[in-house]
This record gives sequence, C-alpha cells and structure tokens, in this order.
Amino acid sequence: MEYELTYIILAAVFGGFMAWGIGANDVANAMATSVGSKAITIKQAIIIAAIFEFSGAVLAGGAVTSTIRKGIIDSDSIAGNPELLIFGMLASLLAAGCWLLLASKKGWPVSTTHSIVGAVVGFAAVGIGTDVIKWSKVGDIVLSWIITPVIAGFLAFMIFQTVHHLILKQKNPLEKAKRYVPVYMFITAFVLTLVTIKKGLKHVGLELTDAQAYGYAAIAGVLVALAGAFFISKIKVDKKKEKEFHFYTVERVFAVLMVITASGLAFAHGSNDVANAVGPVAAIISTAQSGIVSAQSGIQAWILLLGGVGIVIGLATYGVRVIRTVGQKITHLTPSRGFAAELAASTTIVVASGTGMPISTTQTLVGAVLGVGLARGISAIDLKVVRNIFASWVITIPAGATLSIMFFFILKAIFG
Amino acid sequence: MGSFISDMLGRSPVEPLQQHIKTAYQAATLLPALFKAANLNDWVKVDEISEHIKQLENEADVMKNDIRSNLPKSLFMPVPRQDLLELVLVQDKVANLSKQISSMVKVRKLQVPANLFDQFIEFVERCVDAAKKAKQSVNELDELYTTGFRGAEVKVVEKLIAKLEKIETETDGMQNSLQAAVFSMENNLPPVEVMFLYKLIDMMGEVADQAERIGRRLELLLAK
Repeated sequence: MEYELTYIILAAVFGGFMAWGIGANDVANAMATSVGSKAITIKQAIIIAAIFEFSGAVLAGGAVTSTIRKGIIDSDSIAGNPELLIFGMLASLLAAGCWLLLASKKGWPVSTTHSIVGAVVGFAAVGIGTDVIKWSKVGDIVLSWIITPVIAGFLAFMIFQTVHHLILKQKNPLEKAKRYVPVYMFITAFVLTLVTIKKGLKHVGLELTDAQAYGYAAIAGVLVALAGAFFISKIKVDKKKEKEFHFYTVERVFAVLMVITASGLAFAHGSNDVANAVGPVAAIISTAQSGIVSAQSGIQAWILLLGGVGIVIGLATYGVRVIRTVGQKITHLTPSRGFAAELAASTTIVVASGTGMPISTTQTLVGAVLGVGLARGISAIDLKVVRNIFASWVITIPAGATLSIMFFFILKAIFG
Repeated sequence: MGSFISDMLGRSPVEPLQQHIKTAYQAATLLPALFKAANLNDWVKVDEISEHIKQLENEADVMKNDIRSNLPKSLFMPVPRQDLLELVLVQDKVANLSKQISSMVKVRKLQVPANLFDQFIEFVERCVDAAKKAKQSVNELDELYTTGFRGAEVKVVEKLIAKLEKIETETDGMQNSLQAAVFSMENNLPPVEVMFLYKLIDMMGEVADQAERIGRRLELLLAK
C-alpha cells in the first residue's frame, strides 16, 4: 500500500489522542464514587485507576475492540476499497477525540462509546453507503445502551437491599458488617475474574476449561476476601464520632470494600472503553499492512498496550485534576452505597465487554446509582442532571457522525 | 471540569435541618434567663438576651430559606420533599415563638407575679425540655437516612418521640394550673397585665406544642 507507514503512524497518533481523552475525562467519572465518598484518597484513586484500567484494557478489552473494528461495517462489501476503511477509521478517531476534547472543556456529559459508534456509522453511511453497515449489529448496540443502565440499576437495587437486611437494619450492624463485607469482596473478585478468564483471556491466547476458570476465580475471590478481612480487623471503633449503632465505623468497614470495587470498576472501564480508541487503530493497521480488508486477523497485543498506556497518560496529565475537583466536592454517597453502585456497574460492564458490546460505562454507573437511590439509599439525587446525562446520547451520536463525515472527505481529498 | 456522577448527587438536606433545629433550640434555651432577668428588674440584661434571641431567629430564617432553595422539585429522595419542607417550617416556629415572647417581655416590661414565678419557671423549663427532645430526635435523622428509615434505628427515634410527647402532655397540665392560678389572682392585677400574662403562658405552651409537632413530622417520615 502506498502510504502504509503514514497510515499506521496517523492511526497510532489519533488512537493515542482518543485514549488520552478517555483517561483524561472518563476515568474520573469511574473513580468519582470512590473519591467522593472518601473511601480512597486521590493518590490511591490514580494508582488504582492506572493499574486496573491498564490490565482491564489488555486482559479483557479484546472482544469490544473486535466489535468496533469489524462488527459495525461489513468487510466483504468494501473488500475492493481498503483505503476507504482506513480514511473512515482515521476520521472516526479524530472525530471522537475532538468531540471528547470539546465536551470535556465545556463540561458536557458525553459518552466516549457513543461518539465513536456514531462516528463509525456516520462515515460508513455517508462516505461509503448505507448498505455496508450491519444494521442489526448497530441495533443490538443501541439496545445495549438502554438495557445496561437498567440492569446495573436493578443489580444495585438488589445488592443494596441485601446490605440493608444483613447489616444496616440489625441491632449490631458493626459486627454484621465485619462478617458480611468479606463475602461481598469475594463476590466482586470472583465475578470479575471469572468473566475475564472466560471471555477476555482468549484474546491474550490463553484457553482454560470451565472447571479451571471457576477454580481460579474462586481462588482469586478467597485471596481478596482474606486480604480485606485482615484490613477490616484492624479498624477500631472511634468512640468520639459514634452514636448508638456505630455507623461511622460501619462505613469505614465498607470503605475497605470500596477499594476493591473501585479496582473492579477501573478494570471494567478499561475492558470496555479502551476498545473505543483501539478498535479503529487495529482496523487501520491490519488493513494497511495486508492491503486488504479482512475480518480474519487477530488483534496485535501492542495495540491494546497503546490504548492502556494512552489512558494512563491521560489520567496522569489531566484526569488527576478532574479527580481532585471531584474529591473536594462533598458528595453524599457513603461507602455502603457507593460499593453497591460500583459492584453492580462493574459486573454489568465486564459481562457486556465479554460479549463484545461497546456500552457507556458512565451511563451504566448512573443507572447503578439510581438503583441505590430507588432502594432509599441516597438522600438526594438531582434528576435534572440525570436527564441531561441521558439526553447527551441524542447530541453525541449525530455530532460524532457529522465530524467523522467531514474528516473522512478531507482525508480522502488529501490521500485519495 | 468535574464528574457527572458527583453532579447528580444533590446536597443532602439532613445536616442543614440539624443545624436549623440546633439554632432554633438555642433561641428557646435563652427564655428562662430572660424571665429571671425581667423579674429582677434587670432590663439591660433583658435587652441583651432578647437581642441574642433575635439574632438566632434571623440565623434560623436564613437557614430555612437555604434549605428550601436547595430542595428543587427535580430531586429524587427517600422521603417526600413536602414532608421535609413542612419539617423545617415547624422547626422554624420554635425560633419564631421565642423571638415573639422575648420581644413582648422586653417591650411591655412584662413580669410574672412573684408568687407564681417558681411555678412559671418550672413550666418554661419543661417547654424548653420538649424543644430539646425535638432537637435530639432531628439529630437522629442522619442515622435514619443511613438505615433507610427501617430497622433498629427506627425504634430509637420512636422512643425519643414518645418521650417528647410525654413532656408535652406534662406541659399541658402545668399550663392549665398556671392559668387557674392567674384566674384566682385576676382581681388583684391590672387587667391589661392579666391579658398579657395569659398570652405569655399560651405562647410558652405553644413552644412545647411545636416541639411535639416536630416529633409528629418525623414520625410521618418513619411511617412510610
């Protein structure tokens, strides 16, 4: 191919730019529940986010990457025009990256997923033709955007109900918390490990049997629960801040749990959102190198790494500031609530990642927080803000599409 | 720059409500000292105390408006918004009544007859006790939110409210015997003063009544 190296370099730069945008902004939303509830410090949030976003991207990010790369556009119908796919994917990356940058500056609640899907559909429909799009797949994706917040909300509602019955409404909530919180830790680690092994590791080239998968997941769960129980046992009752039921100390027990669910959420976020940047890059590189549009070839590990590194750099350069603002705001989401929302959201996201669905992590988390609210867990939720968050879909999809169409024709004019 | 998740979490009304009742209760606690100073003819001190009460009432007013403006209709809460708005209104009555009583004493140089004074002060202190129990009940609001208004914590609050109601019933009895005592002295006192004595006793009893209504409002939150 004529400009092979140029395309690959551009793809890496644009993809890195978008990963940076995700790390700069989206990660802060994922960490906001933990930092806002004072369960972890800002520094801890950044370390957790860096480690688990990166491992989520590399270990479990493969399936969603495939969807973005070759699930939306039918590769057979453009087999004769590999350049069109390259221009389109470059345009999509640039469009989504620019839109994210603008939205971050303005403080608009936009979803990285919605912008990249909108961008890919946009360039393909206008630049190539509506018949190259796999509309049934696009329909599935849009449906998943509606279903996942609902599922996360339902899970969060149920999880918080169990917290309520097992711990909060009891006569001795502190004892009960010390007994049951390690169980939640086990569940968190078990589910995330299981889904990652069963769905994610294939892309890294590891195949395990079912029995092995459940065994490893159980081991991970037990290890995490034991470590958590050790930290919980060190918590002492602070008599000065207590009333009859020791809720202050109960919340500190939940804060230990929240470190684990925060890690889980960062992992889930990495597994889903990094694909938004990496998927198009993978499509461009395989097409540029082989000169043909192929649905067969696998994803090279270094591309997932690029996404992971991009996110961490975005987090370190700009995301830190966002997380700090969140940390200074006094939010009223105590760890007993925050963990329920995070556990529900991360489970939903990881399962969606496993099935290759590019979903919006922010909206899933919003759904989960609403679920806790419905269980009478949160003292006040501003529904106006919630409405704005969900309404941002409507703007983001056409915005991503319009920008990518523009960039597509510009790139076509330059290289074509 | 910020996070949508933290934006969607509205400000909790619990702490502002607790601050508000604390201020209203403080205003009420100054009343016994006010009457004592009046009966000692220490009008400088009466001025001072009544100024202090007025200031506390102002603070409570500012807090009340602040709570109201932070409870927009778009909030989704575990308890009805209307119940919270009414709670703050009743709480505010305690501060308002304290201010009205103190300014009446100050302006009219109102004194309770010496032979009634001990009985009267006992009554006033019991009314302030009722306000104190109301404050303690509102102080449990944060724990109620933590437990989602169910379970063992509800029993604690129910106990407090029962105690509050008992005190209020006591003040009713005291109020009646005070009125009877004033009636028996009516002929020996200037009529206008008698009028205001009755009014003073009524208003003081009203403080305990409002305290009880605070308890009732909290009970409504529990009932759902």
